[in-house]
Amino acid sequence: MEGISKHYGGVRALDGAGLRCARGRIHAVLGENGAGKSTLIKVLSGVVRPDAGRIELDGAPVELRRPADAQRLGIVSVFQELSLMPDLTVADNIGIVDPPRRWGMIDARAQRRRAEAALARLGVTDIHPLAPVRDLPLSRRQLVEIAKALARDPKLLILDEATSALAAADVASVFGVLRALRDQGLAIVFISHRMHEIDEIADDCSVFRNGRHVASFAAGERTPNQIIEMMIGRDYDSVFPPRPPGPASPAGPDGPPPALQVTRLSWAGRLRDISFEVRPGEVVGLGGLDGQGQRELLLALFGAVTGVTGEIAVGGKRVVLSSPRATRLPGGGIALVPEDRKTEGLMLAMSVRDNLSFAALDQLSRLGVIDRGAEQSAVAGVAELLRIRSDGLDGPVAALSGGNQQKVVIGKWLLTRPQIILLADPTRGIDVGTKQELYQLLRRLAAERAALVLHSTDYAELIGCCDRVLILYDGAIVRELEGSAITEHNIVAAAHNLPAGEPA
Amino acid sequence: MTGRRSDLGYWLAAQRGPLAAAALFAAMFALFVAKHPAGLSGSVVNTAANKGVLLALVAMAQTLPVLTSGLDLSVGSVFVMTNCLASTTLAGTPVQIGLGIAAVLGAGIACGAINGLVVVVGRLQPIIATLATGAIYQGIALWLRPAPGGDVHEGFADFMTSSLHDAVPVSLLILIATVVVIWLPYRRTALGRAAYAIGSSEQAAYMSGVPVARAKFATYVLAGLFAAVAGLLLTCVTESGEANALLAGSYTLSSIAAVVLGGTALYGGAGGVIGTIFGAFVLRTIGDLLFVFDMDALSQPLFLGVVLLVSVSLGSLRLLRVKRRLDLYR
Repeated sequence: MEGISKHYGGVRALDGAGLRCARGRIHAVLGENGAGKSTLIKVLSGVVRPDAGRIELDGAPVELRRPADAQRLGIVSVFQELSLMPDLTVADNIGIVDPPRRWGMIDARAQRRRAEAALARLGVTDIHPLAPVRDLPLSRRQLVEIAKALARDPKLLILDEATSALAAADVASVFGVLRALRDQGLAIVFISHRMHEIDEIADDCSVFRNGRHVASFAAGERTPNQIIEMMIGRDYDSVFPPRPPGPASPAGPDGPPPALQVTRLSWAGRLRDISFEVRPGEVVGLGGLDGQGQRELLLALFGAVTGVTGEIAVGGKRVVLSSPRATRLPGGGIALVPEDRKTEGLMLAMSVRDNLSFAALDQLSRLGVIDRGAEQSAVAGVAELLRIRSDGLDGPVAALSGGNQQKVVIGKWLLTRPQIILLADPTRGIDVGTKQELYQLLRRLAAERAALVLHSTDYAELIGCCDRVLILYDGAIVRELEGSAITEHNIVAAAHNLPAGEPA
Repeated sequence: MTGRRSDLGYWLAAQRGPLAAAALFAAMFALFVAKHPAGLSGSVVNTAANKGVLLALVAMAQTLPVLTSGLDLSVGSVFVMTNCLASTTLAGTPVQIGLGIAAVLGAGIACGAINGLVVVVGRLQPIIATLATGAIYQGIALWLRPAPGGDVHEGFADFMTSSLHDAVPVSLLILIATVVVIWLPYRRTALGRAAYAIGSSEQAAYMSGVPVARAKFATYVLAGLFAAVAGLLLTCVTESGEANALLAGSYTLSSIAAVVLGGTALYGGAGGVIGTIFGAFVLRTIGDLLFVFDMDALSQPLFLGVVLLVSVSLGSLRLLRVKRRLDLYR
């Protein structure tokens, strides 16, 4: 494929990217979060249509309008987000695309044999073909997903983080199958964030950055550190406000208690033994690859998941957060600026004013009746502070730009005067100018003694905004970086769970 | 996972809903027969079968869109409209009656096709789309038959509503034929499989290259066909046609209840019409039981409403297992 471009709104996901993979080779694709890997794979499997560029298969140009087109041509993908139907049985899922038929009807017995064969090929013996996929644990589902792809006799097999949930033994047997397929002449595209897996299995590597193809080389030609340098690149923009000098708050037993203290927090196997603290006036970053538990950690701190074990203390006092409402604590509560502002942060059809005052209605009402005057002045004050640009506060939030919508979400919580503010990737899809304003706002909130936890997929943001950065990997904190140790190299290395080291 | 279950174990687990509905129906019907002054006579069974099959057919129609996590609020209206149409076409020579049956079934398919087009091509929410088309079909019914009445071949109608050898109701045979000729093959085609896949996860189905649009369209078309079979049978029972909006509404509501009672999830993806049929029989038997136990006729609707609410609530039990609270709102 060559010259592929794809824009989402004003955001450039792919910019003239290309990829060339040969039969009988396993081609690893590497890049940071948002480098365009996933978009490239989606284009290749017909899920999204590129704005420009062309795709050739065996030398002939092809057009992929929908996933079914790609599948007909033998391009089969195993996606990061699973594409299994939970209510259907394992055999039904494996046979869904092109089930064996007799007289126009699905031949259940042949389908079952095919499913059993596909699973056996992967060395899997503990999955019953009639079990509903819903009942399987995540790692088994991922194996079913791979079996489903293999059952289609692909020419080009794409694995997008397909081994991320697998245990080492399962990975080994999957790799064995991949090698066998390669030797049969299949082209395989392999995406993984686990460097050692790429070392082990890839024949060729391509690195992507900012939607562009950076370099391709044979595996083993570059060291992991060189590859990381390539993934990072060197384009920097300094839009960040200066950090205050010195530590934000004196640590140690003599200082004030931490605003937030988390001890051995675990949840449903997705968060493992997480302990950290945030002092008033501090901005702590949560980094790492996508989906390593950052999102879940913020939800757990906001009382939005059940079954959390471990202790959470706010201002030195232990609290039990059973629901988001329970985070309204005396002396200032916890606020979450959620990841998906359109569904979890805003009521799009309602006015800017209503959205801003929602979280603080308790404070703005008397005996259950909303005090219009108090609401008016509070909303006007925060809109002024945040410089929310809109034609009027009574228009619907949906009419605002993404950046201004995000300001409304933040402003909504500022009205409740929280002592802890959790932010989940707050600058995603926002233009640079507004980003800069948000960064300044975060600093100002910290200066007013709030404790901030910032999850970001943008490494530059973690470096520019945070006093400390915690790197998560597989649901646990693997590294804490502070001060001058917060460098892009260290973050990326820690995110891949590699030992820290200077560029080679 | 605790050990390996047998094939039979998995089959039983998948058929839990229909089996429970069938067991419930068997128990209730036994009680009804025991309490009925005439006991297990041919006419008691015949009457119960005619009533039960009518609702079962309409509920079967409802099951298909529900499997794709849709809903068809027009099934009752298609039922009534085809009844009005049939009240004008089921007369004359056997050939004319045959053509009349074909016309009625064709009309049902056409209604279903319109629903399917509006939902699939128009991308409207099924609940809104079929609410609107249902009103249109109701209007057509009124236009076809402004006043109740009709000209129906008496011998044909009597045969359709009688019992063979005074033991096997013809209506029940029609129901079984519909299941065997249409449902069972459909369930095993790629199109039928696709309906389940869409209801389970439309996104995953699309990603897997399942023909999403075609499969959804087919469910609405089949729904129209099943509702028309019910309309045909109603015409034979009443030997007339009536554009009765109340009847349409009550059948639509009961059809949804029957679907849920039969173990089909309103979120789609699991279930089937076999369970729905027993769900419909259970609902009808509740009415019969209230009758033989001399319950006040005025309180029957209230009681039925409570039963409906309870049975629909059963479908929400899975929410108790949700780990992430936000998932409750999905």
